[in-house]
Amino acid sequence: MAYVQRKISFAGAPDTNPETKPFWDACAAGKFLIRRCTSCKKAHWYPRGLCPFCFGTCAWEEGSGKGKIYSLSVMKRAEVPFAMAYVELAEGPKMMTNIVDCDLDALKIGQDVKLKFVPTEGGPPVPMFTPV
Amino acid sequence: MSLKGAGYIVGAYEHPTRRATDKSVALLHTECAKGALEDAGLTKDDIDGYFCAGDAPGLGPLSMVDYMNLRCRHVDSTDVGGSSYQVAVGHALESIAAGRCSIALITLAGRPRSEGMATGTATRAGNVAQPDVQFEYPYGPTVVNMYAMCAARHMYEYGTTSEQLAWIKVAASHHAQHNPHAMLRDVVTVEDVVKSPMVSTPLHRLDCCVISDGGGALIVAKPEIAKSLKRPLVKVIGVGEGPKGQMGGDVDLTYSGARWSGPPAWEMSGVKPSDIKYASIYDSFTITVLMQLEDLGFCEKGQGGKFVSDGNLISGVGKLPFNTDGGGLCSNHPANRGGITKIIEAVRQLRGEAHPSVQVKNCNLALAHGTGGSLGTRHCGSTVILERE
Repeated sequence: MAYVQRKISFAGAPDTNPETKPFWDACAAGKFLIRRCTSCKKAHWYPRGLCPFCFGTCAWEEGSGKGKIYSLSVMKRAEVPFAMAYVELAEGPKMMTNIVDCDLDALKIGQDVKLKFVPTEGGPPVPMFTPV
Repeated sequence: MSLKGAGYIVGAYEHPTRRATDKSVALLHTECAKGALEDAGLTKDDIDGYFCAGDAPGLGPLSMVDYMNLRCRHVDSTDVGGSSYQVAVGHALESIAAGRCSIALITLAGRPRSEGMATGTATRAGNVAQPDVQFEYPYGPTVVNMYAMCAARHMYEYGTTSEQLAWIKVAASHHAQHNPHAMLRDVVTVEDVVKSPMVSTPLHRLDCCVISDGGGALIVAKPEIAKSLKRPLVKVIGVGEGPKGQMGGDVDLTYSGARWSGPPAWEMSGVKPSDIKYASIYDSFTITVLMQLEDLGFCEKGQGGKFVSDGNLISGVGKLPFNTDGGGLCSNHPANRGGITKIIEAVRQLRGEAHPSVQVKNCNLALAHGTGGSLGTRHCGSTVILERE
């Protein structure tokens, strides 16, 4: 079946949250940032001010945009069906996302995917993934 | 100090309504409170502790203590979704042991069915100050697709099948046929479940619980008071709670908070899974039951599919009778929170007051477990172990 992109709503305004504003500003500029601890060196998700593993200070870095599907569910009972997923990023953390622009019924756990920004209504584009 | 036996469940009441278009949420809470007091043989003025969660309207304990006109020495409104009521039993034991109250009332009520809520399939933004919302809401998380991702991963890692999950619904339906209040009383087959419409892969419509109005209440009292009443003695011998989230990105969807709430409850109680005669297991979805059974130690991790198959959860047929009221899958899920009804049916079983067709013989040990929140993101497991004395 031909892929149809559902409309994506954004929650809140990025400007209202100083902790996450750099992330969304980067998305608007086409860059996917992840957050890594300067003490324990571990990357985490979703981005936080202090490291969720050791409360160390963190820095932004550009992510590779590569990952693989950790789990997947195609929401059938929706106006436009879509694929909800956790993607395990090459940098380690798993993030909630959608797999887009593909045959949803052919998707498999373990499959390699790459980053694709999808526009939202009322907010910056959000990072989603599509099969490699 | 162990909390084992610090309190007894002396009153339990489940509201018979499944659609309450003519009642407010506060009134439903109060009707449940009245029912539990009558069941215990106590009066309103005996209550000195009140416990509620996020389903209580307004400012929770303040609004409800005022509405019911209670005089309390202690209140608690810990909200961990549908697992709040197992947690409330544990917190009631703590407050009784500390002398902060003697007779604790716990209530739950809600009317999502009357309000036309699409509980499982609508994405809710919630409060945008909640730190995860910006990173999740745009992707369309719903209750069902979050639990579905747990099922998908379980299938991938352990070979669990849709037919195995369907056995959980089949068992619940066998029990629900005897419950006149249950929303779904027809016995279903594995084929019925796997052929029902797909909601979010791999979960079908019949893998999902019902949306209902209603509520329930419990009275927990200190031992001296319990022994002065005329009801069978149901002693709380083990409690545990375990919130689990996405662990900074180290997401692991193959286990639930039961892995953490179970061990302290088992240790406190001194009993083990094979001693349990009846289990109430939170059944928002079939996968919820399967994962909790594994995490509580009723079977090995990954063997849940095999364990639930072939009627093993059906009373009178299998080794572990579960949810003999029909549970959330068939009877009710008031306020989208099934924790309290799990405890109520366990109390019925221990008192010998379950429906005769599903009553477990010599039922002296029961477990009631809750999973509240969303299994695929952040949730809480909470365990209560009960003994008939």
